[in-house]
Amino acid sequence: MATWSALKRSYTWIAGHTPWSAWAWRNTAFSVAAIPPALPVATGFLLLTATPARSGLPLLLALLLCPLLTGLQRSRFRVLLGLDVPPVVHTHPWRTVRGLAERLRSEATRRQYAYHLAVSPLAALGAAALVLTWAGGLAAASAYAWVWMLPSDGELPDFGWTRQYDLLTAGGVLVLLAAPWMAALLTRLDALAAASLLGPNRARELQRRVEDLAESRAGVLDAADIERRRIERDLHDGAQQRLVSLAMNLGIARATLPGLPPEAKAVIDEAHREAKEAIEELSNLVRGLHPAVLEDRGLDAALSGIAARAPLPVELTVDLAERPGPTIEAVAYFVVSEALANVAKHARARRCSVTVARVPGGRRGDLLRVVVTDDGVGGADPAGGTGLTGLRKRVGSVDGTILINSPEGGPTVVTVELPCGL
Amino acid sequence: MRAVIAEDSVLLRIGLVKVLEMAGFEVAAETGDAEGLLAAVEEHRPDLALVDVRMPPGFTDEGVRAALMIRSQSPGTAVLLLSQFVEERYAADLLSSRSGAGIGYLLKQRVADVEEFIDALRRVAAGGTALDPQVVAQLLLRRGGPDPLERLTPREREVLALMAEGRSNAGIADGLVVSESAVAKHINNIFAKLDLPPAAEAHRRVLAVLRFLDGAS
Repeated sequence: MATWSALKRSYTWIAGHTPWSAWAWRNTAFSVAAIPPALPVATGFLLLTATPARSGLPLLLALLLCPLLTGLQRSRFRVLLGLDVPPVVHTHPWRTVRGLAERLRSEATRRQYAYHLAVSPLAALGAAALVLTWAGGLAAASAYAWVWMLPSDGELPDFGWTRQYDLLTAGGVLVLLAAPWMAALLTRLDALAAASLLGPNRARELQRRVEDLAESRAGVLDAADIERRRIERDLHDGAQQRLVSLAMNLGIARATLPGLPPEAKAVIDEAHREAKEAIEELSNLVRGLHPAVLEDRGLDAALSGIAARAPLPVELTVDLAERPGPTIEAVAYFVVSEALANVAKHARARRCSVTVARVPGGRRGDLLRVVVTDDGVGGADPAGGTGLTGLRKRVGSVDGTILINSPEGGPTVVTVELPCGL
Repeated sequence: MRAVIAEDSVLLRIGLVKVLEMAGFEVAAETGDAEGLLAAVEEHRPDLALVDVRMPPGFTDEGVRAALMIRSQSPGTAVLLLSQFVEERYAADLLSSRSGAGIGYLLKQRVADVEEFIDALRRVAAGGTALDPQVVAQLLLRRGGPDPLERLTPREREVLALMAEGRSNAGIADGLVVSESAVAKHINNIFAKLDLPPAAEAHRRVLAVLRFLDGAS
């Protein structure tokens, strides 16, 4: 059974690669189609040699023809071969001066020249050779037909059956069998050249993409930051003020209505207490979003606020000659806030120190280094714990690095470095 | 006693007017932003200005800046700042601007405890201080380095912190659950250690508090 299917496969393969197969004709058609686009270049060369005094004109023509020729070649590849050569993306349209300058300067354009000036003429020559091969092969293979058709004046004995004609026919058949492979080879070479010369440069394309992504991510981060501030402002100016007003009115009621029955007084007291607790909760929530003081006075003032609210003594040192960008400030604030919350929850520490400094970071520009140290029990697992994971994500969002050193028995040192240049 | 109010939330402003009137103040002007506040103080020369920290147009520290202006331009006007969060940097700015009039910096939600708030209003209008315990906690935290305060015992520091909030001897005694005479003794020790010679008692209290807060700025 296996031999039968193997036989069938080989039969199919041979049938697919015969001189009359679609494969052979597709490759041949594709190769031959290389000739028309090469003609302008050939004409240009001729003009160049014929009129050396006006050598600028053909050159200029060739330059202007480049996009047109590239378009022709791309359509040749797409229609005849089903191969898509991706277009080179330019930021400005070619009609404008900037667009023209961009195209003239771009490395992609130089690669396209290389294709049109070197590969295209070679492909055309190859196509010509291919046509000759087909024609020659056909002519030789049909030698006896020629002999039969040509008027015989009796010079050919045995009706022309000669050893030379046998060889000629055999040679023609061999050439015909080889022609599809020659077409395939030409097609392959042309496709390889086109992929590397006509399309966009892959490394460059990736680099551009990375730049685009970095830019869009910075945009997303900024948008999130702005959104956080908007929510903070809305809560602060809306719900919080209303709650304070409510609590104050309840307080006024309590102070001005001494003669109330004890039940009513108890209800007012309860409502008063609830309102105050709600204010407290809302304050803590809003505080975590984006404190106004961060925008206004920077990290030093904002961090002193969280340090003071921490349930353990925090020694805070902020050394910043120049403020980093708002997004970085917000991340640094979040880092300290989250780290202190972790210390308070898990570390069983007696005291804690936070240092924030701007340090030179080599090629990446300045770094904002945040170090949170506590004298607690240690054993913080960077892999587990939602607090640490959140920290890692927030730091990673701005390409920062985080290092958690927490041996069993302590102390725990969390070092975060954020690029200031963002 | 006359007062002006600067608070951008209308709802809260109405309540604050009510409370001020309960405390026996006459509200000369109410306004929603810093510019209006400065104009009102200029015009009415009130005894007290009740100021929200965050006001239009920037919604950051307009109130603090306006308060500093009032301190330098109308030294007779006491200023009580209300803030959603107390930032010791703002308090330090305010306290370093010494003028004769009283000064206060309280969390906004303190107005809910109407009696205590009225107490703070009267104290500040009379030239005293009213600092939120949260501010005092932050100021304490900021302190560091060798200075006369290092010589204070922990209990004396507690007493000084309560003094900084603006509490009377009776208030401090309540807060620490000790007798008033014990508080008086602590306070005398504090004056001695901070090298404050006997003068008018109230004046020494302010000086002690200021010395305590000085390191923060």
